[in-house]
Amino acid sequence: MSSVTSPELTQSILYLDGVSVSFDGFKALNSLSMVIGHGEMRAIIGPNGAGKTTMMDVITGKTRPDDGDVLFDGSVDLTRMDEASIAELGIGRKFQKPTVFESHTVDDNILLAMKGPRSAGSSLFGWRNRVRDDQKDQVLETIGLKDHRKRLAADLSHGQKQWLEIGMLLAQDPKLLLVDEPVAGMTDHETEQTAALLASIAKTHAVVVVEHDMHFVRALGCKVTCLHEGSVLAEGAIDAVSTNDRVVEVYLGR
Amino acid sequence: MILRTIIDLDWRGRVFLLVLAAVAVLVPLLNLAVPAGSAFNVPTYLVSLLGKYLCYALLAIALDLVWGYCGILSLGHGAFFALGGYAMGMYLMRQIGPRGVYANPVLPDFMVFLNMKELPITWWGFGHFPYAMLMVLVVPGLLAFVFGWFAFRSRVTGVYLSIITQAMTYALLLAFFRNDMGFGGNNGLTDFKDILGFNIQAQSTRVALFVASVVALALGYLIARAMVTSAYGKVLIAIRDAESRARFMGYRVERYKLVAFTVSACMAGVAGALYVPQVGIINPSEFAAANSIEAVIWVAVGGRGTLVGAALGAVLVNWAKTWLTGAFPEVWVFGLGALFVLVTLFLPKGIIRTLSEWSARRSDQRAASAAAEAGIGAVQQPAGAE
Ligand SMILES: Nc1ncnc2c1ncn2[C@@H]1O[C@H](COP(=O)(O)OP(=O)(O)OP(=O)(O)O)[C@@H](O)[C@H]1O
Ligand SMILES: [Mg+2]
Repeated sequence: MSSVTSPELTQSILYLDGVSVSFDGFKALNSLSMVIGHGEMRAIIGPNGAGKTTMMDVITGKTRPDDGDVLFDGSVDLTRMDEASIAELGIGRKFQKPTVFESHTVDDNILLAMKGPRSAGSSLFGWRNRVRDDQKDQVLETIGLKDHRKRLAADLSHGQKQWLEIGMLLAQDPKLLLVDEPVAGMTDHETEQTAALLASIAKTHAVVVVEHDMHFVRALGCKVTCLHEGSVLAEGAIDAVSTNDRVVEVYLGR
Repeated sequence: MILRTIIDLDWRGRVFLLVLAAVAVLVPLLNLAVPAGSAFNVPTYLVSLLGKYLCYALLAIALDLVWGYCGILSLGHGAFFALGGYAMGMYLMRQIGPRGVYANPVLPDFMVFLNMKELPITWWGFGHFPYAMLMVLVVPGLLAFVFGWFAFRSRVTGVYLSIITQAMTYALLLAFFRNDMGFGGNNGLTDFKDILGFNIQAQSTRVALFVASVVALALGYLIARAMVTSAYGKVLIAIRDAESRARFMGYRVERYKLVAFTVSACMAGVAGALYVPQVGIINPSEFAAANSIEAVIWVAVGGRGTLVGAALGAVLVNWAKTWLTGAFPEVWVFGLGALFVLVTLFLPKGIIRTLSEWSARRSDQRAASAAAEAGIGAVQQPAGAE
């Protein structure tokens, strides 16, 4: 880690510097560097296999980088922590493939996500039961699943599962949300709603959204980073990035 | 916590406890109070046989706690059962005292036979019932804790975990076969005389052991039920459904698994401890891989993740086994295999869930036809609802 503390570092909620990950010699991330500011919303685009999901795996402790720094809040080294500790720090994640607890009700999915003690002891002796209902209701309201609260998560539609997972993130109330392809498989109408939902979440949280849908990215109205072969190809406002020659060539032009 | 669980019990759980209560009263009554010649008499051998089934049912509930609710398919639960059984067997051996063939007041016969001069450290304290009972819990619990600590931390899951649990019970099988382990080698421990000062063959002792098995089963069920209905249980199910989701939410999956696995092993140990005095012997064959696999079949037959179903499956399969081994000894193994295949094909959710889904459909239909008779929905009667 560099000994000089740059202002970039101290003002960031997430700081990646020279991060590399290889799988059997194949470099999924190749000296990737990126800075996300406090309260910032950032869209990440890039072709299949660019390393977007791998980047999230590194940030959340699922994959250990071979090289590079990953710092949270300017000082916490994420490369040494496991998933649960990173989640406790305040980083929440939505998977690319919607992942909810299928045999639990919508209500219980939110309940399990709700901020609070997470230890086996506390859950065994009932402390986790003391979640305030109004907080849960508020989340359900936000994601529009209030009328479905008693249904099993398995019975929800694809789009509803995506929302439920976003709702679980909200309930967790992290400082930083990592959202992987939230509108995959959604109708145009649902996509619009999701963009509005994320935009409102971004008012109070730092959010990183990975998405292929350019209409959606445009609707988010935030800074865009394009990844390609494990490193940053272009970064900036949506109009600048989407007209960048290299971006058009490797991604948009296909 | 247990009290709350009883109050909040679903109808299935209530029926289960009522049946257990009825059995705990009726079986002793029909054995002790009804004369032996009567058609209603329950002979003493049958009391012990039923007691044995109940021990298997407790083992099944223990297994269901980890497999049904946490997705840990343990193929080594027979080992925890056997260890509990050995702890009880060691107590029973020490009770024989000078009544053994070699009349050694301290050493069990097999030790005299092997020219051992003094009691090995592993046997110290087993003359005392409370200590032995503590070991019934501690030995399986500790093994499960240590095993689980390493396995769950290294994130061994699925088939790999099943294979190493199987390896664990196989290693114990080999170890207990050795004479120099000091646990009676391949003969195991047997020829028990009395338990807590009561003759182990006596009718009244047999009945008492049976009642103790009913109580243990009920308690085991309530503990498991309390666990799975608590917030802890919700997390367990969450881990079963989507382990990494639970991790990224901040749950320490390995600790949740470790708690369930250890509690489950203790429960299996108790089952083994009650089993041994009722069958009169414990030997290394209890560690056989097939025993652990059979237990998985009981749970699958009854219904994974239902607790009551696991207990029911254990009793039904073992009853069928007793009957088949008596009637057609050669085909039992094939019967068991066929049963497993049939259940997987036709009752993938097990007996309990299939029954409750069937009855739910029935009551839906009844409600629909009642509504039709009352003239409600007569305009738009959906096809096939008559
Ligand atoms: N665990 C792994 N083992 C081996 N290779 C992997 C692993 N995870 C990812 N990869 C490879 O790393 C590359 C980057 O994958 P990643 O999932 O990060 O891409 P992505 O940008 O999220 O793509 P998509 O848009 O398709 O989701 C891919 O070529 C993928 O095959
Ligand atoms: Mg991806």
